[in-house]
Amino acid sequence: MKIFKLFFIIFFIFSSNQLKADNEDLKSRITKNLRCLICQGQSVYDSESEFANSLKTIVDKKLDEGLSEKQIYNFFEDKYGEWILYDPLFNKNTYFLWLLPLLIFLSGGAIIFKKFIKKN
Amino acid sequence: MVFSLIGHYSLILGLCISLILIFFSIKNFRNSKILDAKILSFTFLQFFFVVISFFCLILSFVLSDFSNETVFNNSHTTKPLFYKITGTWGNHEGSLLLWLLVLTLFIFVFLIKTKNQPVKYKILTLVFQQIIIIGFFIFLIKTSNPFNYLYPIPEEGLGLNPILQDPALAIHPPILYLGYVGSSIIFSSALAATSLNFVSKKWASHIKKWVLISWIFLTLGILLGSIWAYYELGWGGFWFWDPVENVSLMPWLALTTLLHCIFILEKKLILTSWVIILSIATFTLSMCGTFLVRSGILNSVHTFANDPERGLFILIFLFSLIFLSIFIFFFFHKNNKNDLHSIFWLSKETSIIINNWFMMYFLSVVLIGTVYPIFLDVLSSEKISVGPPFYHKLIIPFLIPFLLIMSIGPKLKWIKSNLEDKIYLVSLLIISILISFLIVNNFDSKFLINTILISSALYLFFVTLRDFFIKKYKNISQNISHFGFSLLILSILFNNLFSTEIITNLKVGQTFESSKTKIVFEKINQKVEKNYKSIVGSFSVQNLNGEIDNLLPELRIYNQPNIVTSEADIITTLLSDKFMVINVVQNQDYFNVRYQVKPFMIWIWLSVLLISLGGLMSFFKRENEN
Amino acid sequence: MKTKFLPFLLILILIIIFIIFYRGLKNNNIYTPETNIINEAPSFSAELLYSNKIVNSSEIFNSNKFYLLNIWSSWCVPCRKEHPILMDLGKNKKIIVVGINYKDTKKNAIEFLDKFGNPYEKIFFDKEGIQSIEWGAYGVPESFVIYKNKILKKYIGPINQQSIKEIESLIK
Repeated sequence: MKIFKLFFIIFFIFSSNQLKADNEDLKSRITKNLRCLICQGQSVYDSESEFANSLKTIVDKKLDEGLSEKQIYNFFEDKYGEWILYDPLFNKNTYFLWLLPLLIFLSGGAIIFKKFIKKN
Repeated sequence: MVFSLIGHYSLILGLCISLILIFFSIKNFRNSKILDAKILSFTFLQFFFVVISFFCLILSFVLSDFSNETVFNNSHTTKPLFYKITGTWGNHEGSLLLWLLVLTLFIFVFLIKTKNQPVKYKILTLVFQQIIIIGFFIFLIKTSNPFNYLYPIPEEGLGLNPILQDPALAIHPPILYLGYVGSSIIFSSALAATSLNFVSKKWASHIKKWVLISWIFLTLGILLGSIWAYYELGWGGFWFWDPVENVSLMPWLALTTLLHCIFILEKKLILTSWVIILSIATFTLSMCGTFLVRSGILNSVHTFANDPERGLFILIFLFSLIFLSIFIFFFFHKNNKNDLHSIFWLSKETSIIINNWFMMYFLSVVLIGTVYPIFLDVLSSEKISVGPPFYHKLIIPFLIPFLLIMSIGPKLKWIKSNLEDKIYLVSLLIISILISFLIVNNFDSKFLINTILISSALYLFFVTLRDFFIKKYKNISQNISHFGFSLLILSILFNNLFSTEIITNLKVGQTFESSKTKIVFEKINQKVEKNYKSIVGSFSVQNLNGEIDNLLPELRIYNQPNIVTSEADIITTLLSDKFMVINVVQNQDYFNVRYQVKPFMIWIWLSVLLISLGGLMSFFKRENEN
Repeated sequence: MKTKFLPFLLILILIIIFIIFYRGLKNNNIYTPETNIINEAPSFSAELLYSNKIVNSSEIFNSNKFYLLNIWSSWCVPCRKEHPILMDLGKNKKIIVVGINYKDTKKNAIEFLDKFGNPYEKIFFDKEGIQSIEWGAYGVPESFVIYKNKILKKYIGPINQQSIKEIESLIK
């Protein structure tokens, strides 16, 4: 058993490497969160269309200008509407979207709890 | 052309048999000592007719019979034979025929293989299944006939999307449908059992095999779809939370939940209502999914034909089935009042109930995420997108307690458990946390959540591994599946954390160099294949250790239809995948090159195989006496 | 009784869901960004097609005139369809036609104009498609009617006779 554990520890240490959140990663994260307007359900990151490529160039430029991730999202939301963002904002349109699953979780818990408590 | 006629009339005959079957079923129901042999024969005959019809469609594709509208729309004379055959079910009409094939096959096998069960129950299952079958026959013949006649007969077909010409995608539908459509038999059987007040331990043992079959195939089907997406779509991704993917995931979640419940119901007569609801829900979700992807209501990379008329039919059919189920449930089902009272809090039953609780939550997340944009659009004309970040944010935090309970749950005894001899559980937990800390220590983002997540997954990993080596094969199938699940989560996590990528523009002969990697664009080979022109880039990639890999990503220029696809070259090893793609940049003489190193990719696939292996072992396990 | 109440509630909810899905079927799921999202004409600097000078948009859109900004490319098929209409519009004294050449090569663009005529007073050269994104465009062709630095109307797709009528009524 102990050998197993040792092996795993060494194995994982060897294969881990440094990863700082630099511009490339940030760019990937942002473009994964942007929806390609002319493709059928692809992110800008995955798409090779003209529009997606232009968007990637702009994200690069905005990052160079020093804009934060949030500001870049705001920029695109201004131009194209909320639809372009894959991460839905939390506003009056999406309260139900974000809260309903949690509500279901809590009610599920409540139902189970109630049924248990009746006896115990 | 004659095949289209045979195929078409076979369908009509099949539909007629449904009516005959219902007639005989009603007759047999009243006088039900044994199952009328005629019923068995007609069920087989119905399956046979669908097989003929399906076979005729395949023949039409193979012979490139363009008088058949479906063949015209989806095939081309230059397509290789294998893809002509598999193109049969790669389109809307053909895939519906596949639906019918599985529907009729399953009820036939059900009738043959079901012994020692009441005749009335078998008949009623048949009747409910026939209702579904009739619906699909009508849907097929009226709105999506695979045998429509075209005149004048075109010389050439419109071709098949080259992205769909792929081995994994070719077998993905049949395997997926065996699971997806196979859940119909669980639906019919549950309704039948409810109507006869037959939901019992005996029924649970019986239906368990069917749940397992459906579950195994659904798991494998989803796996195949992901593997295909990995090397064909986007780049390096295997799950996009795309509506079509979600639509296959939702029945899987319901089916997994049902599977766990059946394990309880086999032993104790509790949770009967819940089992019935889950059985109904699984197939309902399958139908709902069919509606979502075939009606054009959602925007996705791989939706089928967009036709609101078909969508309307499926919608009405779906809701009819739901209303029927609700009626039967509330009218016939006698609720067992002292359900959960008989469960002690520290027992295996409780852990399964908690599993159900979490699974239903995950299901609700996927369901709500998928359909919410539709609702919002209809109610307020606002359009939003729901993508991966939503699902990640809502699912990942809950995975942590889920994994922990999954580690401890199976170790609890049925009925009542105690806490002796469980010290190793605590020590394994500490080890998991330590290892996780070591791994995540190098990162400066999302440190806490990653550590906890990896700890939980590692914990499940170690607990199941330990059980495998120490326990005497008492419950090996569950052990393997849970181990597979832990491996899956770990592989996905490590893959996410340790993947690296390089995106650059290179001309032939140029080199890209970074601190860790050197990529040399050596040359280009051009070739002309049967239905496309191929441009293969030859790259040599050198990493820190000095090892050199040769990668050959390809561009394919198809003539029918006129598109360019990018075929990734992937070098797979146990440790990682190396993934390279090239793309043309418009009006330029350089290529856009993307290179990614993805650790533990193959473990993602292997772990899903392990999960289904557990199911397979459970299927073949000889039943112990109760 | 709670049990009696539940099925009816369930059926009610399902009917509502059915209606929503039914209405959803009618909706078009192709997304076109709201045509009035941006009101202010964005300010940008870009190279001109013919002279290679960098010019700021404010220099072009300043005066008290109406402008039609048209995003086009030589490789775009619908652009050819709308081109004669643009030529007519170019002759109209009341409105000035300005172009953004989108993701094109200068050679092809100039060849296109030589062949089909040049209705534009000035043309910006948007090689990477960045300027067009400032306008919230995502494809070609798209056109904007601008007055006093405000966008009055946006057209996605080629403009046709119907659009011309609308434009003419705007610029009276």
